[in-house]
Amino acid sequence: MLDGVSKRFADGTTAVRDVTLTIADREFVILVGPSGCGKSTTLNMIAGLERISEGELRIDGRRMNERPPRDRDIAMVFQSYALYPHMTVRENIAFPLKLARMPKTEAAAKVRRTAELLDLTEHLDRKPAALSGGQRQRVAMGRAIVRNPKAFLMDEPLSNLDAKLRLQMRTAIARLQKTLGTTTVYVTHDQTEAMTLGDRIVIMDSGLVQQVGTPQELYDHPANLFVAGFLGSPPMNTLPAEVTSDGLATVLGTIPYGSRLRRAVLPHQVVAGIRPEDFQETPAGASFTGTVDLLESTGAEQLAYFTFAAGLSFERDGPPQVVARLGSRSGLRAGEPATLWFNPDAVQVFDPATGANLTPRVPRPGRPGG
Amino acid sequence: MNRLALWLCAPATVVMLAVTGWPILYSVLLSLRRADLRFPQDQEWIGLANYATVLSSPYWWTAFTVTLLITVVSVTIELVLGMAVALVMYRTVTGRGMVRTLVLIPYGIVTVAAAYGWKYAFTPGTGWLTGHAAPLTDPAGAIAIIILAEVWKTTPFMALLLLTGLALVPEELLRAASVDGATRWERFTRVTLPLMRPAILVALLFRTLDAFRIFDNIYVLTGGAQRTSSVSIIAYHNLIGGLNLGIGSTMSVLILVSVALLAALYVRVLPR
Repeated sequence: MLDGVSKRFADGTTAVRDVTLTIADREFVILVGPSGCGKSTTLNMIAGLERISEGELRIDGRRMNERPPRDRDIAMVFQSYALYPHMTVRENIAFPLKLARMPKTEAAAKVRRTAELLDLTEHLDRKPAALSGGQRQRVAMGRAIVRNPKAFLMDEPLSNLDAKLRLQMRTAIARLQKTLGTTTVYVTHDQTEAMTLGDRIVIMDSGLVQQVGTPQELYDHPANLFVAGFLGSPPMNTLPAEVTSDGLATVLGTIPYGSRLRRAVLPHQVVAGIRPEDFQETPAGASFTGTVDLLESTGAEQLAYFTFAAGLSFERDGPPQVVARLGSRSGLRAGEPATLWFNPDAVQVFDPATGANLTPRVPRPGRPGG
Repeated sequence: MNRLALWLCAPATVVMLAVTGWPILYSVLLSLRRADLRFPQDQEWIGLANYATVLSSPYWWTAFTVTLLITVVSVTIELVLGMAVALVMYRTVTGRGMVRTLVLIPYGIVTVAAAYGWKYAFTPGTGWLTGHAAPLTDPAGAIAIIILAEVWKTTPFMALLLLTGLALVPEELLRAASVDGATRWERFTRVTLPLMRPAILVALLFRTLDAFRIFDNIYVLTGGAQRTSSVSIIAYHNLIGGLNLGIGSTMSVLILVSVALLAALYVRVLPR
């Protein structure tokens, strides 16, 4: 669908560089990245709200670059909802149908069905100003759904909601998309939304696509340090490491090579990465010992933070830190030393200069031990 | 505390009462008297007799009709032109300050000076906008020129008021409308205009009240000849020219009442 698309602004800055992406019918694709990474610009180019400087946008095989938004048969949900304040909920939802000159009775029936689907029936005659944030969000969704368009574009649709409502709407959107089966491109800066909603995730940074894949693929095999650090909360632990004959020398001690790394050709210095949940208290595989300097409990689990005096360190700010995600009944205590175990095969290595993942791709092993 | 507030307001209140309150009250009092400076001894209270005289006079009603005609036509043209100019000013990217300054020039020129400019332009023989024709001597032509002078002068003011309203329409709504399938014109009529309603009404209110009191352009261009007198012009002719203080004041009070009615009408339709 997108073929080498770039966006350059009049002031010379390139917001999006050479994005190539094919989105299948009925697919739910997430564009995710930090603010300013070009994800919204990409979405606006698909919608036709920004001119495409280079490359081609095709929908159903037809070039769309020069088509105005109304000829693209695409609906969009904005972060601010962009509801028309002078129209009632009914008129807001019916607006696209009215513009499409749909007969009144047919349009009214569609609006009624959409309102039922979104539980908005009793609010149809109210103005947006009289609605709560969640209701406004649903009206914005309704205005998109009612047209039955080729695709939905959603630009951070949940960012203006409070945490509880955001969770509710997240599942609601996921269900809605499954029911309607409409191709959806969804922009967010929230990695949890990206992981939970998408069939596929497109991670962007500084206008470049970093990696495209299913949430699990991206989580298990991040293409580079940026992806590794962006997905997961807390993110993957990354430690400077020196490649020696015995293993990776890090502040955790020397990590023996797992079966994957033994086959890899590594430079002298690398960055070793390990996910917080790959640590456990039961002895198995490799281990490290450190002092727990902070213990956070979320009820269901505990996060143990270990800080190490800066030993081996390059291009890193602050002393190396390791976070482990453990069960709520761990025996760890803040301020006391502890030993944690991990499977050396869970360790991934990255090139410190380019950030690229150097770990050979083989299926990820399960957790070690029992 | 409250006392201090009253004391602080007092000077302004006294000045306002002295320069506007008293003259208005004095005109109302004069309108109830026979007061003709040509017959200074013959003054007395005559109640509403002056009103009866004015309201039964065909001259007053002709002037009233002319005034309404000028008001409605010029304000309508100003609204359309002003909106176009406001859109241009709003969408201008380069030389924004320059465009706005240029647009405002007519508004910055003294009305009487501009009126003389139009008068010379339409003077037969020497005027650059007319040959040997004399449009200012024919009622229809004269009124058209008066309207032209009004529109030229006050469109910038209208545009400025509309520009502030235009800036209040969120860009995102227009983007949403274009994705929803609206053409440029539909975005303007269905999103921009409804959202600008308050600004449009305020602009219309100002300009209607202003236009209804039109004086300088007519005074310079025709002096009120050829049935081109507005209500303000005939009030002036009776009061200053004819020295009939009673009748002149009656007309002034009637103008005040008309303007107040117009204002009340607008305030009713203005959203709160």
